[in-house]
Amino acid sequence: MMGAEVRSDAMLELEAVKKSFGEGEARVEVLHGIDLRVRRGELVALVGPSGSGKSTLLNLIGLLDRATSGVLRVQGRDVAPLDDVALTKLRGEALGFVFQFHHLVPALSVVENVMMPAALKRGGFDAAMKARANALLEAVGLKGQGERLPRQLSGGMQQRVAVARALMNDPPLVLADEPTGNLDTQSSDQVFELLRERHRELGTAFVIVTHDPTLAARCERVVRLVDGRVVADGTPDEVLEDRRARKA
Amino acid sequence: MRLALHLAWRFLREGRAQSILILAGVTIGVAAYVFVSSIIASLQRDLLSRTLGTQAQIVVSPPEPEARALREDDTLIARRVEPPEPRRRPFDGWLRHVRALETTEGVSAVCPKVAGPALAGRGAAERAVLVVGADPSRLREIVDLASKMKDGAYRTGGDQALVGDGLADELGLRLGAPFRVTTDRGPTTLRVAGIFDSGAASLDDGWVVTSLRTAQTITGRPGDVTELDLRVDDVYEAESIAASIEARTGLEAVSWMERNRDLLTALKSQDQSSTMIRVFVMLAVAMGIASVLVVSVVQRRGQIGILRAIGASQRLVLGVFLLQGAIFGVIGALFGVALGAAFAKGLGNVTLFAIELEASILIGAASISLATGLVSALLPARRAARLDPAAAIRGDG
Repeated sequence: MMGAEVRSDAMLELEAVKKSFGEGEARVEVLHGIDLRVRRGELVALVGPSGSGKSTLLNLIGLLDRATSGVLRVQGRDVAPLDDVALTKLRGEALGFVFQFHHLVPALSVVENVMMPAALKRGGFDAAMKARANALLEAVGLKGQGERLPRQLSGGMQQRVAVARALMNDPPLVLADEPTGNLDTQSSDQVFELLRERHRELGTAFVIVTHDPTLAARCERVVRLVDGRVVADGTPDEVLEDRRARKA
Repeated sequence: MRLALHLAWRFLREGRAQSILILAGVTIGVAAYVFVSSIIASLQRDLLSRTLGTQAQIVVSPPEPEARALREDDTLIARRVEPPEPRRRPFDGWLRHVRALETTEGVSAVCPKVAGPALAGRGAAERAVLVVGADPSRLREIVDLASKMKDGAYRTGGDQALVGDGLADELGLRLGAPFRVTTDRGPTTLRVAGIFDSGAASLDDGWVVTSLRTAQTITGRPGDVTELDLRVDDVYEAESIAASIEARTGLEAVSWMERNRDLLTALKSQDQSSTMIRVFVMLAVAMGIASVLVVSVVQRRGQIGILRAIGASQRLVLGVFLLQGAIFGVIGALFGVALGAAFAKGLGNVTLFAIELEASILIGAASISLATGLVSALLPARRAARLDPAAAIRGDG
């Protein structure tokens, strides 16, 4: 009974998830059996040195890649048997993405970029969608910028557009890969505040991959990955060495 | 579909210079297709109408008597078999054959005709001619001289005759002028009722057209004809219709195709070369579209990856790139057909034959352009749809 309750509360579950690349002697195992659960509405930072497997793990969680072995459940649903069409559908409905290099579609206007997840879900744009996209742009401080092209915005502004796009379908889980990685301190703060605001207001769960200990420290939970293994999982105070050192 | 079209259009608009260049390529390719096809079709039509406008599509005549070796009890007596001497062969039962041929499938007109050699003369001038006698309304169905009258009227009967403008010039004939027609039966005097200009020197310089009865008298064939001239519904069926007439009646039936083997070969060669030109032009167009789209897929790897990540299906991505090919095809077809038609019309003003734009060529060019766009986009579209989104976003897959 207790297990069922825990499962229903889990947004994301990974059990002994492994991921390797290559074949035969060239085979390299990047993730060595990851166990991780993210509950609905959690704000989780995923930290670790370069090459520790953070981005690989994020791709698996984001259903952009498949695990070599182990179980991955999104909203309680095992994704292993799902075909590409079902994975795409689940990705569109349950997940939002913010990438390090914002990755907007340059051919589309800012508001079209924001509307895109909803348009992909419904097969086209409509007025209600545009109104919501404009409201999201206003929420991220980009009111009136909707008809511009991404290249006409600064890096920080583009990242805020990417955040608005990630929130367009109100996904229960947003995955962010170094969302503030190439932004200045002020833009970085603005973007993180946006994420935290949505987390607080809508209970959206976030998994944020970051190298930035300051940003990680502002999350509720920090998971440290080293050499493809989870070596620490707890509050920022428990996991981040510098904070522990400062406290000591 | 709506979203795929939107994305396809935006992608094309984003790579504007590239899109305009390939669109120009497709337009020129389609224009070349329309231009070449129209010129060749019009040229062939003109050649055929010039050739068939002055001769029967099938000529039916009594069979040539076959030379047979002299035998006696299976013993060959003659050492050599000579062909029979040319002589007048009566066309037995020609009226019955006319009635039978008129109901033959594929035959649209039958004209019994008398034709025989003669000398036309006025004063001291004389020219070798062919006296042609036929019912004027039936002859018109075979050789339309009525529409080519230069002077006078299309009228025969009694001593009235039609002559070509070449013969009229040679003999100094004017309307109403009498002239002499001499055969082995003796001279006959006819009067010029009309002068025609058929455009074919053999007719204009050498035909004297009279009524059937007058020609029968002049050539010494009372009540007889020398041949039955036929017109058919489909000119390219003439050979098979002639063969079936021969098989059924035992008469000799020669189609225009048999009489004009060189022309037929020339027409077929034109067809083949024009097909080759069209195939190579459209291949060049296809390669142009495919190369632009392949580059586009490479350039947009990241964008495709991100679209896949946020919920775009493989089918949508496939559709986006197929539609780009289709857009090139459709717009290229519109501009290309217009440009090709304009060129062909422009050239029509300076050529010796009229250039007509056939709907089938225009529709064909547009359809082939669209098909070329789609087919050439297939490979890049599949490549885009199969991109691994994670690798595409990383920029390394």
